[in-house]
Amino acid sequence: MTTEIEKPNTPHIIVSDLTMAYGDFVIQRDLSFTINYSDIFIIMGGSGCGKSTLLRHLIGLKSPAKGQVFYGDINFWDITPDERSRIMQKCGILYQKGALWSSMTLAENVALPLEEYSGLSHSNIKEIVSLKLALVGLAGYEEFYPSEISGGMQKRAGLARAMALDPEILFFDEPSAGLDPVSARRLDDLILELRDSLGTTVVIVTHELASIFAIGNNSVFLDAETRTMIAQGDPNRMLAETDDPKVKEFLTRGESAVERVIE
Amino acid sequence: MQAQSKIDFSHFSADTLHAAISGTWKISSKLPAPEEVLNQLATDPRIKNIIINASDLKGWDTTFLTFINAISKECQKENIRFEIQELPKGAKRLLRIASAVSEQKDAYQKRKRKSFLYMVGDSAVVFGTSIVDMVSFIGEASQAVVRFFFGKARFRRIDFLIYIEDCGAQSLPIVTLISLLVGLILAFVGAVQLKMFGAQIYVANLVAIAMVREMGALMTGIIMAGRIGAAYAAQLGTMQVNEEIDALNTMGISPMDFLVLPRLFALALMMPLLTLYSDLLGILGGAIVGVGMMDITPMQYFTQTQASLDMTNISLGIAKGGIYGIIIALAGCLRGMQSGRSAAAVGEATTAAVVTAIVHIIITDGIFAVLCDALGI
Ligand SMILES: Nc1ncnc2c1ncn2[C@@H]1O[C@H](COP(=O)(O)OP(=O)(O)OP(=O)(O)O)[C@@H](O)[C@H]1O
Ligand SMILES: [Mg+2]
Repeated sequence: MTTEIEKPNTPHIIVSDLTMAYGDFVIQRDLSFTINYSDIFIIMGGSGCGKSTLLRHLIGLKSPAKGQVFYGDINFWDITPDERSRIMQKCGILYQKGALWSSMTLAENVALPLEEYSGLSHSNIKEIVSLKLALVGLAGYEEFYPSEISGGMQKRAGLARAMALDPEILFFDEPSAGLDPVSARRLDDLILELRDSLGTTVVIVTHELASIFAIGNNSVFLDAETRTMIAQGDPNRMLAETDDPKVKEFLTRGESAVERVIE
Repeated sequence: MQAQSKIDFSHFSADTLHAAISGTWKISSKLPAPEEVLNQLATDPRIKNIIINASDLKGWDTTFLTFINAISKECQKENIRFEIQELPKGAKRLLRIASAVSEQKDAYQKRKRKSFLYMVGDSAVVFGTSIVDMVSFIGEASQAVVRFFFGKARFRRIDFLIYIEDCGAQSLPIVTLISLLVGLILAFVGAVQLKMFGAQIYVANLVAIAMVREMGALMTGIIMAGRIGAAYAAQLGTMQVNEEIDALNTMGISPMDFLVLPRLFALALMMPLLTLYSDLLGILGGAIVGVGMMDITPMQYFTQTQASLDMTNISLGIAKGGIYGIIIALAGCLRGMQSGRSAAAVGEATTAAVVTAIVHIIITDGIFAVLCDALGI
């Protein structure tokens, strides 16, 4: 009885041969992967390997040094900025540092995209805002300012804002950083539910092994040393099948490396 | 295409309202409001149960959940039993997640409306504490200066040099422009009056005295309040937002030593020099008018200017410049340190810094005028 999931197993975002650089400083090269509709796609890798940078390429904040990003069959970096921003309206984004608007209350933060794009009435928007805040466990915090809540709460408020318009694609940069295990678990449930019920495509940057294995059905592993991706696919299968010591070490929290030393 | 979303009502028994929901309930479709159901309650007070059947629901997103939520909240208030049949499983689970963390109730109390009297009293108290804050900030800054001269306060030399460059060299273009124009304007205004007495040559005296005693320091002060005072407040305000000042504090580094002193010294050193520079440029501006339009030879203008000035006038202007520099730096740093933790608060701090600096510059100038008169300087 739930919404039928739109076009399962058809590509939603395709990254092809992407090279990312700040000036002459190449962060990652030759990235190619596909994110399907209703995927929960994990971007993982060590700190500083370029995960947030990759996200910035996907959401139109930074243009590729080389290669393309496709949304469906639209070449994202070939179209006009106007058309790009129209695509971005269907996306919700959680930034690594929350990026809440500091001079607005949480309710106003979540309401702004609704006021801009939904055309709903004031009272309707208020209801939606309350629901979105409740979904991330912040019911009753409507009138707080971002500076008056904790770091993890800011993260969750950022999530509520990203979900405001029930977007087609959600981009989360480390959503569970700063959350306690219970809240992190609840967040995983929420992400799964959004995918199952609304067919949302979710792209997540995360280090949280538990949630990588629990919710991810596709992933890419970026390596800082070789500056390219060294594994991709379902994280569970990746753990079982990988021969790469770096991937193995990451997915087992370094246990395999310890074993190697002991052996 | 999306099916039209609608509600159909039927009464099975007198006290039960049945509502069948059908169609697509998404943010993009035109949705019935929860009031449609709630109005039924108002028209028929006998209703004690509401049963909503969602078996014909075609598609939904979270707007559907808000609809359900709104009705369920109202029913709870009115003590009416509320039941949904055939609710999609996903919707059920999402509603469960939404109610997993109970609502923070006292959060609302915090924004109570305040009475007029409360606000008057509050602003008086705020005004009082702001004066105390200002005085204690000046006290702490003085202590830091003393610490510095005993070699106990430290800051990074490179910071100091950067501020020197910012206050000094980088400010030259705007000081040049404004001072030259102020000199020109003074000369024009003076010339019109003095011509009536055939005393055009005294334009040189007027411009020289006005620039050196008053306008040089005053104009430079106002320029620097806008240029540097505002920048100081914005820098420290942003550091406040990012918890950088807290980080200094917890590391045992005094923000007063580390952040305020180099800024204070830089501006206090550069302001007298800029004032002197501004004096010269102002006199040059006067000379352009005097020589160019009033048949005074450059030599005449020069000797006349020289005769009208003495060391007292010049050092008075320079001393004022130094004091204004201290005022600007303190105002900028004080407002920056007091800044709240939002983008708007940083903006307010910047505005407050410029206003505070200019107000105090003018007040100080007034005090100087009275003192000079009393002492016959
Ligand atoms: N604005 C910038 N200019 C130059 N280099 C940058 C810039 N932003 C990031 N970098 C570099 O790009 C690399 C990747 O940064 P990025 O923020 O993408 O890392 P990350 O994988 O998200 O790390 P983390 O998990 O710690 O958030 C880093 O080496 C960083 O030095
Ligand atoms: Mg990052």
